[in-house]
Amino acid sequence: MKSFSLGWHLIRIYTFLIYVFMFAPIVVVIVLAFNPKQFGIFPMEGVSLRWFIKLAQNESIIDAFQNSLILGSLTAVVSTAIGILAAMAFIRFDFPGKNTLNTLLLAPIMIPEVVLGVSLLLFLRWLQQPKSFALLLIGHVVLTLPYVLLIVQARLVGIKKEYEEAAKTLGANAFQTFRDVTFPLLLPAIMAGALFSFTISFDDITATLFWATAQNQTVPVKIFSMLRNSISPEINALGAVMIVLTIATPLLAGYLSRKFSKFKP
Amino acid sequence: MVSGDRQPMVQFKGILKRFGKVTAVEKMDFDIEEGSLVTLLGPSGCGKTTLLRMVAGLEEPTEGDIFIKGKRVNDIPIHKRNLGMIFQNYALFPHKTIFDNVAFGLKYRNVSKAQIETKVTRALEMVRLPGVEKRMPSQLSGGQQQRIAMARAIVIEPDVLLMDEPLSALDENLREAMRREVDNLQQMLGVTTIFVTHDQREALSMSDKILVMKDGRKQQEGNPESVYNEPANHFVADFLGHSNFIAGEVVGVDDNHVNVRIETGDILLAENKGGFSRGDRVEMIVRAQRFDAFPKAEFQPTAGLNHFQGHIKDRSYMGGEVSYFIELGVDREIHIISMMRTRLYDIGEAVSIQVAPHHCHLIPLE
Repeated sequence: MKSFSLGWHLIRIYTFLIYVFMFAPIVVVIVLAFNPKQFGIFPMEGVSLRWFIKLAQNESIIDAFQNSLILGSLTAVVSTAIGILAAMAFIRFDFPGKNTLNTLLLAPIMIPEVVLGVSLLLFLRWLQQPKSFALLLIGHVVLTLPYVLLIVQARLVGIKKEYEEAAKTLGANAFQTFRDVTFPLLLPAIMAGALFSFTISFDDITATLFWATAQNQTVPVKIFSMLRNSISPEINALGAVMIVLTIATPLLAGYLSRKFSKFKP
Repeated sequence: MVSGDRQPMVQFKGILKRFGKVTAVEKMDFDIEEGSLVTLLGPSGCGKTTLLRMVAGLEEPTEGDIFIKGKRVNDIPIHKRNLGMIFQNYALFPHKTIFDNVAFGLKYRNVSKAQIETKVTRALEMVRLPGVEKRMPSQLSGGQQQRIAMARAIVIEPDVLLMDEPLSALDENLREAMRREVDNLQQMLGVTTIFVTHDQREALSMSDKILVMKDGRKQQEGNPESVYNEPANHFVADFLGHSNFIAGEVVGVDDNHVNVRIETGDILLAENKGGFSRGDRVEMIVRAQRFDAFPKAEFQPTAGLNHFQGHIKDRSYMGGEVSYFIELGVDREIHIISMMRTRLYDIGEAVSIQVAPHHCHLIPLE
């Protein structure tokens, strides 16, 4: 098939333009991060790591980075732990109110983040508690749990019950069955769920704006507040770091899991 | 088979199982002798798998008790029952090597590492698949996976081996071979085995005892010969083998035999095992293989045997045997499977048919 019709050419151009539209801003941010001058102008006069160095010396940003990493990791751990248990309950057991509970846990996907942010704050006010890191963590778990739940449930449906039944008849108790059979078979889904949670938590701005305090700033919130003053080239450098991190983490995890998993479903 | 003074290995006492409003197993009493191979036979949905899963502990009986070695096991969790179960789709752990699959049950049984290795090696030899320890289940064929599933179940030296249609996923030729292997292995180990199947040939060829089930109810229990030759009711006769059902009425009784007038008006002789008396409405069951057909012109009746005439209506040649449908009178045809000791009969040809009275089994008309 060498000859393409005019229609095909149009579709190719159209697709190309869409990709440009989507990725050009990202490319601009990364390129401008290496701009030696205070103002972003093309053509650039040389390449410099100046803004990265300045970034590394800015303590409030380093703090925000630390916060984001800790928050993202904890969110991933807590969300995955709850998600696995909930998925097991929904797929393997029958209990009254199952569908309602499932819908409730998935609801945060459909509720606008602004609403979620405000309502959690109101709830906190009702409990008469101050804003804290715990609030951020709870909020991010609520935000990410639906993704973990959907991924783990989908995988669990595909794992035949017979594997667990076989393990039990062979003498494994419920915990050993989970540890030796269900968990290893679920692992790819658990990894994917944890990564989703981490990246969503790391990236989130809308809801986090409501929950963050001066001590507990995340990187996106920090960028947002920096933007309010001026467009410093530091932000480009920070943006570049964020982009590399959020793209590299899943890629790395995917590579590692493929390298170490003997079992391919 | 074991003498009757020992207690049964597995006992069902008044077992009843309901799923919601559906009754899967209806008030079942049944004993399984130690060392025997018992088949639960019936069409799908008859409750045979449910019965098996209740022994394993994968389902709980709604009512009644299950005893293993004389001990009530209703409240004993699955992992403490010491049973080996073989699933229809093998259920080998896909993320573990063959060695780890077979060794799985031993890990929870305080067996030393050296012993585990010895036992796994021996189990793999027993199922005639030595040397596959390092492979993954997906690298083995269906028949090989089936053997690994057997090795995994027998390596723990279970009190009872449970098999849930283990051969039904295999293709026809392999199934025949595996059937013999399962049979040999079971006899070699002497392990009490409960085998669930809907395949009558599997049941008849392997079992010490068969339990025929339908709609959750026991239809008949007994050894293969008695279940096949003396079916307790219409269902059992119909489910096992090719049967002719001929309605009739008892018109005469002597010491061992009864005379039955069948629909065509012919009077046939049958053994009176059911204690029938004159005037009883009966159904006569004759296996298609028990009839002999002869060309009408050359036929010389043997004294004491039943014989009657008909025309070949339809035939299908199956190589070793021929299946004939023979028209007797109006609206009455019988099915014969002939081993072709004479010759192939043509459609429309007049034949004489002969059958011995002890092959005519009577049941009350349902």
